[in-house]
Amino acid sequence: MSEAAKIRLSGVAKSFGSKNVLAGVDVEVAKGESLVIIGGSGSGKSVTLKCILGLLRPDAGQVFVDGVDVTRVRGRQREEFMSKIGMLFQGGALFDSLSVWRNVAFGLMQGKGLGAKEARELAIENLQAVGLGAEVAELFPSELSGGMQKRVGLARAIAAKPEIIFFDEPTTGLDPIMADVINNLIRACVARLGATAISITHDMASVRKIADKVAMLYEGKVIWHGPVADIDNSGNPYVDQFIHGRAEGPIGMRVRAA
Amino acid sequence: MEALAAIGRPVLALLAVIGRVTIFSGPAIGSVVSPPIFLRQLGRQLIEIGFYSLPVVGLTALFTGMVLALQSYTGFARFNAESAIANVVVLSMCRELGPVMAGLMVAGRIGAAMAAELGTMRVTEQIDALTTLSTNPFKYLIAPRVLAAVLVMPPLVLIADVIGVMGGWLIGVTKLNFNASAYIQSTIEFVQFLDVFSGLVKAGVFGALIALIGCYCGFNSKGGARGVGAATTNAVVGASIMILLSDYLLTEMFFSK
Repeated sequence: MSEAAKIRLSGVAKSFGSKNVLAGVDVEVAKGESLVIIGGSGSGKSVTLKCILGLLRPDAGQVFVDGVDVTRVRGRQREEFMSKIGMLFQGGALFDSLSVWRNVAFGLMQGKGLGAKEARELAIENLQAVGLGAEVAELFPSELSGGMQKRVGLARAIAAKPEIIFFDEPTTGLDPIMADVINNLIRACVARLGATAISITHDMASVRKIADKVAMLYEGKVIWHGPVADIDNSGNPYVDQFIHGRAEGPIGMRVRAA
Repeated sequence: MEALAAIGRPVLALLAVIGRVTIFSGPAIGSVVSPPIFLRQLGRQLIEIGFYSLPVVGLTALFTGMVLALQSYTGFARFNAESAIANVVVLSMCRELGPVMAGLMVAGRIGAAMAAELGTMRVTEQIDALTTLSTNPFKYLIAPRVLAAVLVMPPLVLIADVIGVMGGWLIGVTKLNFNASAYIQSTIEFVQFLDVFSGLVKAGVFGALIALIGCYCGFNSKGGARGVGAATTNAVVGASIMILLSDYLLTEMFFSK
């Protein structure tokens, strides 16, 4: 399996000052698989994602994508890696100075040098794929509701047809119905592109909907890793406490955020 | 020993910041001189920094020139040296006050805006989003700002020089009873190429400092709204101090013999 892994993390460690956020994370994702990383606030989910993306540089360990250690690559190779990925940010992270269609087409126009007319058509296609009409194309992100911003963010993430998509808390801040809509869209988009997906969330409804595999992070390590079907009988008290959302259990509250 | 530590700590902190800005400036300037250049972004910044700064810079220059004429008159009248007023005004404007006043106004207007905009983009993950969309944030965000500021400051200062001299002329003619054409005549005869040129070089340097410090503060801001606020303050204060400091160094370079 390790040969076929699309993404493999090996002993990734990262600390900020004296605080060890990641203490050796090992996890792998096969091609076309959807992995969801769960864990409480401050357990290192976001840092793991940023280490894979190269937005943070791990102190130790490697991140292999298609067998290449992406923590070491620079310049052209780095750009090549970046062109394979798409990401949906927690707050959408839409460019507020650009209209919706320019947001969606951004990677196509700046990254791949597509002309405005062609890019606009592709943007509208992608907006339709996430259930938005052509009439939102000329609006600005600040004119949209939170759920619509998330959809535009998703359209932007999938516009360049990435091989790997990252989702950072895709349902946080949405009402349950909109959350379910987003979950369905994520499932559909990932399946249509045949992409490999890594999501981080603490929304269990979302986990059950979009995950093939689940990994649980606790204190900077993966303490459980398995198919989503096994999550209810993991036999792991930490996982049990988390998925049932109990205040009592082995996981104590931490005051300071990561 | 406690007292020494209290002095040492802020000095070390200041040196650390200067070091970080310098390290930041390397790739920032590198991204200006290497392709691709985002023309759309550059155009937007040229208009924002140059065109929209005209009213505030012009107004500052006008009143500076007017005050200059008025103040030098009260001094020079005692020595019967009123005829030197035109020379004082044009020299002060071109060499010092034009570039420094314009620099400080643009630092307040543009340095703050850059820090606030990039800072907000940082805390809302828009800068990370650029990276994931195969776009280098240095090339897309910082290079156009730095290039635009360096290009636009010299013409801005040239305009400020002219308006400042005009302010002095206005006061000279209406309040101090100078002959209008004689005032202009003596201004033109007295001013030399180096006076204007040194001011324009200063302007370019100030532009680079404003943009680099503004971008550095915004790019590295963290901690939400409060962090963005701090970044904005630091950008304006830092740029203003660096303008005054580099102004001295450049003057030393041009005019010390």
